[in-house]
Amino acid sequence: MKKFLSLFKKNKATGQRNTFLLLGTILTGIILLMVIVGVFYTPYSPTKMDASAKLQGISLKHIMGTDNMGRDVFSRVLYGSRITLIIATFTILIGAGVGTVIGALAGYFGGMFGEVTMRIIDAMLAFPSILLSLVFVSLFGTGTYQVAVALGISFVPSFARIVRGEFLRCRNMDYVEVARLQGVSNIRIIFVHILPNTVGVLLSSVMIGFNNAVLAEAGLSFLGIGAQPPYASLGKMLSDAQGYLFSRPSYVISIGLVIVLMVLGFSFLGEGIKRIQ
Amino acid sequence: MMKKGIGRRGLSTLLVVLTTLTLTMSGCSGKKAEESTADATNATENTSSGKDGKAETADNTASSDDLSKITIGIPQDIDSMDPHIAQAAGTREVLFNVYEGLVKPDQDGNLQPAIASEYTISEDGKTYTFTLREGVKFHDGSTVTAEDVKYSIERNAGTDGTDPLISAFSNIDSVEIADDSTVVMTLKEANTEFLAYMTVAIIPASNEDPEGNPVGTGPYKFVSRSPQENVILTKFDEYWGEPAYIKDITLKVEANADSIVMDLEGGSIDMFARVTSAQMSQLSDKFDVYEGTMNLVQALYLNNAEEPFNNEQVRQALCYAISPQEIMDFVSDGKGTEIGSSMFPSFGKYFDASLSETYNQDIDKAKQLLAEAGYSNGFDFTITVPSNYTQHVDTAQVLVEEFKAIGVNATIQEVEWNTWLDDVYTNRNFQSTVIGVDASTLTAYALLSRFRSDAHNNFINYNDASYDAAFDAAVNATDDAEKTKNYKECEKILSETAANVYIQDLPEFVVLNKKFTGYTFYPLYAQDFSKIKPAK
Amino acid sequence: MRYVLKKVLSMVLTLFVVSLCVFFAFSLIPGDPVTRMFGTEATPELIAQYRAKMGLNDPILVRYFRWFIAFLQGDMGTSYDYKIPVAGMLAEKIPITLTLAIMSFVIMVIISIPLGIYTAKYENGIIDHVISVINQIIMAVPPFFSGILLTFFFGVILKIFMPGGFVSYTKDVQGFLKYLILPAFAIALPKAAMATKLLRGSVIDEAGKDYTRTAYSRGNTTNGVLYRHVLKNAMIPVVTFMGMALADMVAGSIVIEQVFGIPGISRILLSSINNRDYPVVEAIIMGIAIMVLVINLLVDIIYRIINPRIEVEE
Repeated sequence: MKKFLSLFKKNKATGQRNTFLLLGTILTGIILLMVIVGVFYTPYSPTKMDASAKLQGISLKHIMGTDNMGRDVFSRVLYGSRITLIIATFTILIGAGVGTVIGALAGYFGGMFGEVTMRIIDAMLAFPSILLSLVFVSLFGTGTYQVAVALGISFVPSFARIVRGEFLRCRNMDYVEVARLQGVSNIRIIFVHILPNTVGVLLSSVMIGFNNAVLAEAGLSFLGIGAQPPYASLGKMLSDAQGYLFSRPSYVISIGLVIVLMVLGFSFLGEGIKRIQ
Repeated sequence: MMKKGIGRRGLSTLLVVLTTLTLTMSGCSGKKAEESTADATNATENTSSGKDGKAETADNTASSDDLSKITIGIPQDIDSMDPHIAQAAGTREVLFNVYEGLVKPDQDGNLQPAIASEYTISEDGKTYTFTLREGVKFHDGSTVTAEDVKYSIERNAGTDGTDPLISAFSNIDSVEIADDSTVVMTLKEANTEFLAYMTVAIIPASNEDPEGNPVGTGPYKFVSRSPQENVILTKFDEYWGEPAYIKDITLKVEANADSIVMDLEGGSIDMFARVTSAQMSQLSDKFDVYEGTMNLVQALYLNNAEEPFNNEQVRQALCYAISPQEIMDFVSDGKGTEIGSSMFPSFGKYFDASLSETYNQDIDKAKQLLAEAGYSNGFDFTITVPSNYTQHVDTAQVLVEEFKAIGVNATIQEVEWNTWLDDVYTNRNFQSTVIGVDASTLTAYALLSRFRSDAHNNFINYNDASYDAAFDAAVNATDDAEKTKNYKECEKILSETAANVYIQDLPEFVVLNKKFTGYTFYPLYAQDFSKIKPAK
Repeated sequence: MRYVLKKVLSMVLTLFVVSLCVFFAFSLIPGDPVTRMFGTEATPELIAQYRAKMGLNDPILVRYFRWFIAFLQGDMGTSYDYKIPVAGMLAEKIPITLTLAIMSFVIMVIISIPLGIYTAKYENGIIDHVISVINQIIMAVPPFFSGILLTFFFGVILKIFMPGGFVSYTKDVQGFLKYLILPAFAIALPKAAMATKLLRGSVIDEAGKDYTRTAYSRGNTTNGVLYRHVLKNAMIPVVTFMGMALADMVAGSIVIEQVFGIPGISRILLSSINNRDYPVVEAIIMGIAIMVLVINLLVDIIYRIINPRIEVEE
């Protein structure tokens, strides 16, 4: 966050307008603010049920209405955004972290090792990520962190591929050759010399990855996999809410909008970061 | 890259945000308008009056519809067309229309002669004699013979050396053909309730492929099936009993619960059994809703061998902490039948309604019991729930809230059905679970046998000597009154020792398009399509 | 040609890895096909009997090679859950999913190519802005949600679509195709949005390059240059994307098939994973993997045809 803000300022200093970055920051900021406020304060307890207040519409008391258990939807959205963000963050940490290491090694060393790794990566890419996560969820069980791990693993191949491409491009460049001649160790070359040069590409893939993670989590929730009740991620709430499309459209639409705004925020941010470079 | 475009593109981003925000606003204001009308009229009236116009237009197009056809939605695909292999409750209730046993349950739960025209049970409860009804035809046109009956029973009893497909059938000593129309079955141990198992489907001994070419004697015969798509049945013209009304039945697999309302309204299905109260409230008035019960014992099943549930006082405290009525209010708009033991009302004489009064919600009493048991500060435990059963997951959520009041902190763990079967049911590796237990046959035995301390399906590890004694007395009794008395004793013991936190027999809502009528409930898993008829 | 041969070889290797991964992953998953089969009616004896009958007691490697050898001979086994041969079952379902994928692909191409070119040509015009707004929103909506909104709008409000009214191609080809239009749109829209964005960027990029300027200075008209030179080069990344999108459409329609109640491959796959129906899962995943890899190979080849100068690194 801090690092991001400084990037934003520096950009302004050069006199370039970067509306994407601005809007992305605002939207993401709102979502983050909601999540942080949600940690300390929610209007109601997100799990407090009330049989007399089931499926209420929007009112001053419940600004997003109530759900089928009489729980305050806004409080649940505050809590759910946190779960969604946790899942997305872990997904990216795992996907980008592991993917970068695998991609870097495969790209830098190439040869037999690279070939075998890439065959496995290709094999994983050959079936869609939602399917991959489905298999992993069956393996780890369902729950917030399990879903994050499952999604994270299914994100590894695409990150590995991207990073490998970058490393293939860089490994024969002059500065790498020089470092090698100076006797710098391979590990140091990989992580200190080449990796910083791939940050640009990585960062924008991370932002796209964030979006995909939020959307993939929603997809998994629709298929019945996700956080454990009574808590729910945004995706789970949306798929619960869609059953009430006829009688309480506001319930569905308000949650859908939060997801859309969150995804838009990330994609603007990603676009904005791309512009910086 | 395109540097000159940035500013303008920023503008378009702004547009995105504005559009989205406008959408939000209009969503809000639209909502408010609806709110005020909803205040004036009752919510269901509001939706139905709103849909009147549409319902009419739909009816107009429907009038040209062919009432000799009906499409019925089923929540999951059937697992087998072979009646002896099929296990899922959802399959059993469909196959009820295709296959019949020697006897067949009616809507009151009494066993009526079917393929057998009459039967006698010997005094000692060991010998069952069946006289076959004359001229009962299989769907392939052949007549049911004593051979077929013997074959069908033996196929389930595993007399060829394999294990019995139905565990109770291990009690069968022999099946003899006395003459062309008489079959005599002898049991190893007396059991006057065994007739209930004779609902087992009779299939032709000559059929090599009961899976691909299912042949039975029921009012409907199999036409075709396509996995995850549909099963098609057609009326069997040579049926021995009351003929069916509707000629063609398509059973459409509805894998997505959220599309059921839309599919009903859109007209792609005419009927769906077991809709939720939420779905029901969204339906227009072109549907009739039939209300019955699901015939299962929904409870928070406790692993009696695990800390702290090996302590009777703890179990009782949990029973005092909950209110079944409150659960029903949340889960099914207040509908459902409170139960206090492992028995539900459809069983008539075995059901003891007074047991639901054993524990009435009493937070102080619950806290006191916990303190006596040494848990004055409460404790933590996990409720494992199969994620595919919304009503059980919802119930668990209400339970968690209710337990908070007595300082007990429960956490829900949703698992897949397979994991549930493995971990909870088979390996008994769980603390507690919310599930509905049904009866495979119309006998008290089917519901109560699992709590005998040595039963293979005693997944809660219930162990009570007085229960075992009462249960054995009930099974061995040949006198019906004595049997009933002992079974009731069993139920009472389960209730008083708080074997489980008993909740309710869930309500069942069946939605049928008003073009049709005549849906009939059975006290066990059965959908009798032959009773459905056109409304006019 | 040598390149293609090399690709095919690595494809076969990848397939082998896929089959191995699936088999081992599934042997780790909790849940057993036999307990699943008998549910709460299972007895320990019955389970043991059926496990033996289905050969589930053998070590995993034995089971894997038994399956592998049978698969090479074209025998995909019998479904545990449906108790019918897998091959026949899938043969009936593949055309459904394939038709859906092809329809989605066609819709995506029809929408995105003209729009991409148009928005690039009139860069920063009103229409360009409006379209990029719509694009961003479409990309931000979870696919199942857009499916439900489409059903609601066309099915319940406009009544020009019958929700759940799927008819199989074996009964009514026209009705079948008609039903698939809306789901195909639901799949195609987010992809079309991405393709439009990509094509627009790519065309603008190419238009700024030296060779295009040269072409202008020679007095070529805008349209002439746009179509002859720019488009040819601008299409390269778009073709890659569309290839990936097609692969995704074949494999990734799980959610949409679920929303629209289409009994295609994806829905069978989902229920088979839930039912631990390994023979079906293996067969479908292998099928999907083959399709995805073949599409990738074709994309690579087309790539080389469009631009023979590019040296693909692998």
